[in-house]
Amino acid sequence: MNPKRCAACKYLRRRCPKDCIFSPYFPPSDPDKFACIRRIYGAGNVSKMLQQLPVQTRAEAVESLSFEARCRIEDPVYGCVGIISLLQTQIQKTQTLLAKTQAEIAVCSNQT
Amino acid sequence: MGGPGSSPCASCKLLRRRCAKDCIFAPYFPPDDPHKFAIVHKVFGASNVSKMLQELLVHQRADAVNSLVFEANARVRDPVYGCVGAISYLQNQVSQLQMQLAVAQAEILCIQMQHEPTLQSHHQVLELDQDDKALLLHNNIDNCNNNNNNNLGYAMSSGQFNSNFASPSSIMQMQMQMQDPLKQESLWT
Repeated sequence: MNPKRCAACKYLRRRCPKDCIFSPYFPPSDPDKFACIRRIYGAGNVSKMLQQLPVQTRAEAVESLSFEARCRIEDPVYGCVGIISLLQTQIQKTQTLLAKTQAEIAVCSNQT
Repeated sequence: MGGPGSSPCASCKLLRRRCAKDCIFAPYFPPDDPHKFAIVHKVFGASNVSKMLQELLVHQRADAVNSLVFEANARVRDPVYGCVGAISYLQNQVSQLQMQLAVAQAEILCIQMQHEPTLQSHHQVLELDQDDKALLLHNNIDNCNNNNNNNLGYAMSSGQFNSNFASPSSIMQMQMQMQDPLKQESLWT
């Protein structure tokens, strides 16, 4: 087998063709990246998703899929939606604190 | 629920198979909402979803399905960034708010210092003059106006994802240090 197979073709135990859709984004040096994505989305779905995207956007798409897949593996119930929930709560709390602080400033300014 | 005499769940309808009594999808994909399963199947695949659900405790599965539906919708709306676009946008919002809060807290401190003249003679106080304060606030307002759409849909198409994204566990640790990890019901509605 070709030692220069991409991580995806290595994982799938197949020949890595010259025009392999995965090879630009899954170098053999990082086998976990494809393993995580394949576990959550499946190789066929990822291939379809990439084929539907313009070439210049595929690298970013793979990175975001990789991130979401890792989130899902770390938190099988909420995945990256858990992070969104935390951020939204943090925004609400910070907005409340900011409003309170600005009200205090208004009171102090009126007193001077 | 699946079984003889009852309507097959949305999953079994889409997959064109008999809906068994113990169908793993049936409690979460009712037949009156075919889109819900269709979108999850499109992004994750039915067998992957089935495996994921099987690995969870029964009481966790409803939330898992809801989060998968949310992620799938996000991915369909923004095929490049998915949910990550929203995360990037929200993190930006958090930074902006924290900057504004820091400025406001500095201002309160200044005002308090002004009310305590005896302290000024003993401590060197960094006072922001009016121009500095105005500049800080103006910069914050400009940045907020550039991100004034709080809609996740906007966030997801804004393309702010940084490919050098921190790992999920480091982000979650960072957030959890700041507050309780609440999982809001309203996220699903």
